[in-house]
Amino acid sequence: MENSSVIANVTGSAVVVRGGDIDTDRIIPARYLRTVTFENLGEHVFEDDRAQGDHPFDEERYQGASILLANANFGCGSSREHAPQALTRWGINAFVGESFAEIFYGNCIAMGLPCLRVSAEDMQTLMAAVESDPAQELVVDLEARKVRYAGGAVAADIADGPREQFIKGNWDSLGQLLDAGDQIGETAAGLPYTNGFAVAG
Amino acid sequence: MGKTLLHKAWDQHTVRQLPSGQTQLFIGLHLVHEVTSPQAFQMLRERGLKVRMPERTFATVDHIVPTDLTERPFIDDLAEQMMVAIEQNTSEFEIPLYNIDDKRQGVVHVIGPELGLTQPGMTIACGDSHTSTHGAFGAVAFGIGTSQVRDVLATQCLAMDQLKVRRIVVNGSLSEGIYAKDVILHIIGQLGVNGGVGYGYEYAGSVIEAMSIEERMTVCNMSIEGGARVGYVNPDQTTYDYIKGRPHAPKDFDRAVEWWNSMASDADADYDDVVEINGADIGPTVTWGITPAQSVGIDQALPELGDYADAERVVVQEAFDYMDFKPGQKLAGTKVDVAFIGSCTNGRLSDLREAAKVARGRKVAAGVRALVVPGSQEVKAAAEAEGLHEIFEEAGFEWRGAGCSMCLAMNSDKLQGRELCASSSNRNFKGRQGSPTGRTLLMSPAMVAAAAVSGEVADVRGLVN
Ligand code: SF4
Repeated sequence: MENSSVIANVTGSAVVVRGGDIDTDRIIPARYLRTVTFENLGEHVFEDDRAQGDHPFDEERYQGASILLANANFGCGSSREHAPQALTRWGINAFVGESFAEIFYGNCIAMGLPCLRVSAEDMQTLMAAVESDPAQELVVDLEARKVRYAGGAVAADIADGPREQFIKGNWDSLGQLLDAGDQIGETAAGLPYTNGFAVAG
Repeated sequence: MGKTLLHKAWDQHTVRQLPSGQTQLFIGLHLVHEVTSPQAFQMLRERGLKVRMPERTFATVDHIVPTDLTERPFIDDLAEQMMVAIEQNTSEFEIPLYNIDDKRQGVVHVIGPELGLTQPGMTIACGDSHTSTHGAFGAVAFGIGTSQVRDVLATQCLAMDQLKVRRIVVNGSLSEGIYAKDVILHIIGQLGVNGGVGYGYEYAGSVIEAMSIEERMTVCNMSIEGGARVGYVNPDQTTYDYIKGRPHAPKDFDRAVEWWNSMASDADADYDDVVEINGADIGPTVTWGITPAQSVGIDQALPELGDYADAERVVVQEAFDYMDFKPGQKLAGTKVDVAFIGSCTNGRLSDLREAAKVARGRKVAAGVRALVVPGSQEVKAAAEAEGLHEIFEEAGFEWRGAGCSMCLAMNSDKLQGRELCASSSNRNFKGRQGSPTGRTLLMSPAMVAAAAVSGEVADVRGLVN
């Protein structure tokens, strides 16, 4: 399965993006969707929020971060895959949050970007730890379902399916879907609307 | 125990269980637009793949099209490039394209139903989060990202997690001046923007049953704003009457109706959750914040910070600061700068009719920029046949061509600076309408018209009775 690689853990420094309900319009404003590639999106990630000043993505201490720490409902709103594409082009390889919006979460899996959930309490601990020592290395450990930091570790949740896909390196959905071969046509043929309701369903 | 429509459709469209535990689901209809597809077609090329079922795939242009000057090439170079890309991609991969010069062009979620493509019991996918709109017909309709657009193009399938079903029963009836938009804003206000995560929403009850199909589309459209992946209404005679006679309606209509009826949720279906809402509690509803759940009835005061749990207060304070509103104040009387009527939520003929009732014989207030953007060219033509455009133009609204326009401001229709916009669209996120500091108040199209002619947020009930 081309395009897939084993992702058992993601290691690196983290950036803290505080706030609930951060939507994909904020992650990448719509005007940057006028493009036929995803190439240059990294330059515009969070652009309008950053223009208001004091954004973590502009702070010196968070440069080079590869793990994003978020609060609840991160990535809500528009289905634009441009949002995780922009974030990963900025350098993010994994997300740890209290919760994620579903389409965003699905987009991330399709791109090989793990999203793990931790409790609101643990997130406070993690955010505080990173804010006081931003250079420290975090380990997002999919196998152990933990996020490790300099001061210890917190439990992190990821559904069995995606976890296995990342660990085995078969998160490329297209490869799996193609493997169904003839079964796709058979399922289609069994649906009455695909043949104009010519035979009773 | 009986089954829900969602579970019936799920079972019948299941190709197989994937090793990941997800379901490989066959997709009956794939709708494509210019913004989320170019990268997907490129990925197909890179892997040497074709479109698996071009006959189940239809494309249009909506997000970037200008609604004033539509001559090609477009003035905006980037928009023009995207037009060229979708023209090349649809011709290379042999997919029909309802282009800007086609009478069938329009917002993807408006034209699918108009063409009769959207049908009950079907699975539908589109690279746009408001694909849930099609659930109004009893379809299971998913908004997806670009990698998944690639998956559907190449395999006509999606890898999906099973969903739970929450039945939302809206009982009683709505009084004059209360619309489908108020119903869905009220529901999201009750259940929150996160409340639907993991669920499909089934809308039911006497209020929903009494709705036209266009009103049901408004409700289903915003399911995603409540966090639900899909939203639907069980098909009934209202649904069938709408589909009958449309270009892609099944020829053997009676047989189709038989199957559609069989797909509706059983009377004894098993639900994961049931929520009841009393229609009499729903008033004209307006958002005041930066998420669609931050709304109040027009005669209610904005919440106090103390009304919220500790964890939520930061976001609520952020909303007050951004919108420049105060806890406890009322929205009625707040000056607006812009009025926008349109979008896949409220850009259909019935929406324009309700707004025109308010606009008729009145004038847009001085200093207010007011726009009407029909959801499709068909909506525009039908509205013009009834003379609605004249009502709007006489009142001082701009009458535009079809597209998404100021719903997400990818064309030149944008808010400026801190402008406050009364909008019939679906998102009040920071910066959504094109100005990074612009502000949006979501409401029904009739309420937008009321705001336009009053120059301030106003209770439409004082203008229609
Ligand atoms: S009208 Fe708005 S919500 Fe609907 S498809 Fe267009 S941009 Fe998306």
